[in-house]
Amino acid sequence: MSIADYKGVWVFAEQRDGVLQKIALELLGEGSRIATKLGMELTAVLLGDKTDDMVKELVAYGADKVIVAESPLLNHFSTDGYAKVITELANERKPSIIFVGASYLGRDLGPRLSARLTTGLVADCTSLDIDPENSNLMMTRPAFGGNLMATIVCGDHRPQMATVRPGVFEKLDRDASRTCPVEKITVNLTEADIRTNTTEVIKVAQVLADIADANIIVSGGRGVGAKENFAVLETLAEVLGGVIGGSRAAVENGWVDKSLQVGQTGKTVRPNVYIACGISGQIQHLAGMSESDYIIAINKDASAPIMKVANLAIAGDYSKIIPEMVAKINELKAK
Amino acid sequence: MNIVVCLKQVPDTNEVKIDAKTGTLIREGVPSIINPDDKNALEEALRLKDTDGAHVTVVSMGPPQAEKALRESLAMGADEAILVSDRAFAGADTLATSNALVAAIKKLDYDVIFAGRQAIDGDTAQVGPEIAELLGIPQITYVEKVDIIAGGLKVQKAWEDGYETIEVKTPVLLTAIKELNEPRYMNIKNIFEMYANKEVKVWSADDIGANKELLGLKGSPTKVKKSMTKEAKGQAELVELPPKEAAQFVVSKLKENHFI
Repeated sequence: MSIADYKGVWVFAEQRDGVLQKIALELLGEGSRIATKLGMELTAVLLGDKTDDMVKELVAYGADKVIVAESPLLNHFSTDGYAKVITELANERKPSIIFVGASYLGRDLGPRLSARLTTGLVADCTSLDIDPENSNLMMTRPAFGGNLMATIVCGDHRPQMATVRPGVFEKLDRDASRTCPVEKITVNLTEADIRTNTTEVIKVAQVLADIADANIIVSGGRGVGAKENFAVLETLAEVLGGVIGGSRAAVENGWVDKSLQVGQTGKTVRPNVYIACGISGQIQHLAGMSESDYIIAINKDASAPIMKVANLAIAGDYSKIIPEMVAKINELKAK
Repeated sequence: MNIVVCLKQVPDTNEVKIDAKTGTLIREGVPSIINPDDKNALEEALRLKDTDGAHVTVVSMGPPQAEKALRESLAMGADEAILVSDRAFAGADTLATSNALVAAIKKLDYDVIFAGRQAIDGDTAQVGPEIAELLGIPQITYVEKVDIIAGGLKVQKAWEDGYETIEVKTPVLLTAIKELNEPRYMNIKNIFEMYANKEVKVWSADDIGANKELLGLKGSPTKVKKSMTKEAKGQAELVELPPKEAAQFVVSKLKENHFI
């Protein structure tokens, strides 16, 4: 293998049953920065069926090129189908870098691809850069729940592969006037290649807002004590126009839905305001929220770790303070 | 039915504390546990042993002290336990780890391989799919329900927004999440039997006949270039006031920063 033969930055453009996922656009945003540094082309690779509208979005959000593999067999994700199409394409075209979202889909597909391509894969990266000395990709990820940051390289193997958590990078501004080459490839895939047989797909009604999109999050942890105590947090979130979230302890106790979990095993969020109530701040939680612009921690224990990452640390009882905040905000609004 | 469960001993990250002065991890005295998702994987194998008479073999790669985690799995009811342990494995990334485990698994009979979705010390979720790929068998990740059907399994896989039911022929590799089951405790009969009749086998790199080029640091495509502790912001303004005054202060700060 000659490393010099590998050129270009690829972004796996994740779609689910015809809907392009936000992570695809976020990867294009960061991918474009990396591709520019390397003086390489940024290619979005899209697998699906009836892809025209999705292709337009990939162009508008910064792709220099879009490669499309279109087949009814690729509409719904299968590990076997996707891995075959992408590894064959990567072996033929030899990209230097492949970025994949660290979604349930990407975390299933990514390691399957890297193992078949006999290369490395760095999971859940939160920062990416190019080593000025040798142009290797430097992939930084949290370890031990976020307290330790490790920068990892894949110097002797290509492609260099990373999964990136949704919500970490920003997409570019949409530019509908952009154009770029779109190549539809022949898909070499039969039903026999896919060894799993999907008999049913059930979507659970998405009534809950995606916390990764929220500007204000009011989050509760073990110190909130009970499910019904989240009501005051919800009231505050409502008057602030935000949403509620929870720590792993709150989710494991069944107080909040797991889709609202913030932290290493939950979601990474970076809202304008993060209000942590009764959260001690275990490193795995801090990993998911420490990039928030303004952190307010309310905790009875003034020495809790969360108090050290906060911009404003309030030693006190959230159940007494929050209702007073709600009253004060309503008072201001009424003026 | 033969089931192989891949299991990792990990430090209990819930117990890992930060030294407030230096901002570094305090690892001393942190207990080692069976990785939580792996325990769900083991429980599901044991459930299939109870209902369908499956033979359950647990495999772990790790240092000699990982034997304790394997003893615990024997005491939960596993039939055999193998510790794959050798200095040649040191410094392995996920691919090199998978290569070692695959070499060991190839010496065993398997219809189903269970692994946990991810380990709490690394959170990569890579070893399961990589083992499946290196063995050339299908995989289903994020598994929350398993039923035996003719010729294979019916599996419920979780998605962020729902679930999918999948039928698959064996052999297959499944990765377990905590929704799959509630792991059992060790029981007295199994603990007794473990000490009387069972032992943890230890296999070296030579025992599994692995290609040493693919193991440990040498066989790892990824290398850690540097690691650093994340510095605490340390800019907190600590406020201790009666509830009403505290609330007023917070709201004034929100207003001052134009959040409301």
